[in-house]
Amino acid sequence: MADVVERVTKIVVDRLGVEESEVKLEASFKEDLGADSLDVVELVMELEDEFGMEISDDDAEKIVTVGDAVNYIKSTM
Amino acid sequence: MILNGKAALVTGASRGIGREIALELARQGANIAVNYSGSEAKANEVVTEIKALGREAFAVQCNVSNAESVTNMVKSVIEEFGSLQILVNNAGITRDNLLMRMKEEEWDDVINTNLKGVFLCTKAVSRQMMKQRSGRIINIASIVGISGNPGQANYVAAKAGVIGLTKTTAKELASRGITVNAVAPGFISTDMTDKLTEEVREAMLQQIPLARFGDPADVAGVTAFLASDTSAYMTGQTLHVDGGMVM
Repeated sequence: MADVVERVTKIVVDRLGVEESEVKLEASFKEDLGADSLDVVELVMELEDEFGMEISDDDAEKIVTVGDAVNYIKSTM
Repeated sequence: MILNGKAALVTGASRGIGREIALELARQGANIAVNYSGSEAKANEVVTEIKALGREAFAVQCNVSNAESVTNMVKSVIEEFGSLQILVNNAGITRDNLLMRMKEEEWDDVINTNLKGVFLCTKAVSRQMMKQRSGRIINIASIVGISGNPGQANYVAAKAGVIGLTKTTAKELASRGITVNAVAPGFISTDMTDKLTEEVREAMLQQIPLARFGDPADVAGVTAFLASDTSAYMTGQTLHVDGGMVM
């Protein structure tokens, strides 16, 4: 499922303007990648569009790191 | 025309101020989704009038206090128009009573429609507007939300809440090109105010420096201004449209 990681990484790079090398699974969107709360909301929106899914507000709140996003997406596939 | 080709959703647009807002936005070039809760026939009349102006319009039923219903309404508007630039949160009800006589149900009904409804509609459109990197949200508050008014504890609390919600939403969404402002009408001649006695009306006129009741068109004009690019550098504001009653 490397594909999921690649697709998530691309969205994070585009949205947050960070280097691809910074987007590690353990990286926190807010702590490590400079996102504010609204950036994370937008990231989740883009992930929904990219993977054709709906992420509930409750689930979205648990997505803190890149790995959280990848694991959530994989769990729904 | 200052709103050429823009898509707008106006809640509570079948009657009164909402109806006039829908028509004015249409005159300024916008296509309109006419939301109503119960008055289907009246909403359809508004749609017919807007179409006669050469704009697109359709009626959409939704009780704004119901989250699922609001989500579906906003989806249908975006599907129909392909985008959504303007939301006017106008839907509102009154259940007047003195505080000591006010039933819990009267309190809840007004808060749910007039305050929670604004929250739900704003939340539902924010996704689309964030993606667009542009949007205009205009909340119809009331001058009594600033001044207070005996017999309207529920209505006043809801409208004061809307003004606070306007400021917070404005701050949260500003970075994404979305502005959020409120209009606070004073005494506007509508079905709601026509029920007042002559005595009460006289007493009210005494408090209005411009010495007349407002017309729905007075509110609609200011709303169109806030929906337009002319107001691009304003957000989080509450504009009083009250003949100078509260300064």
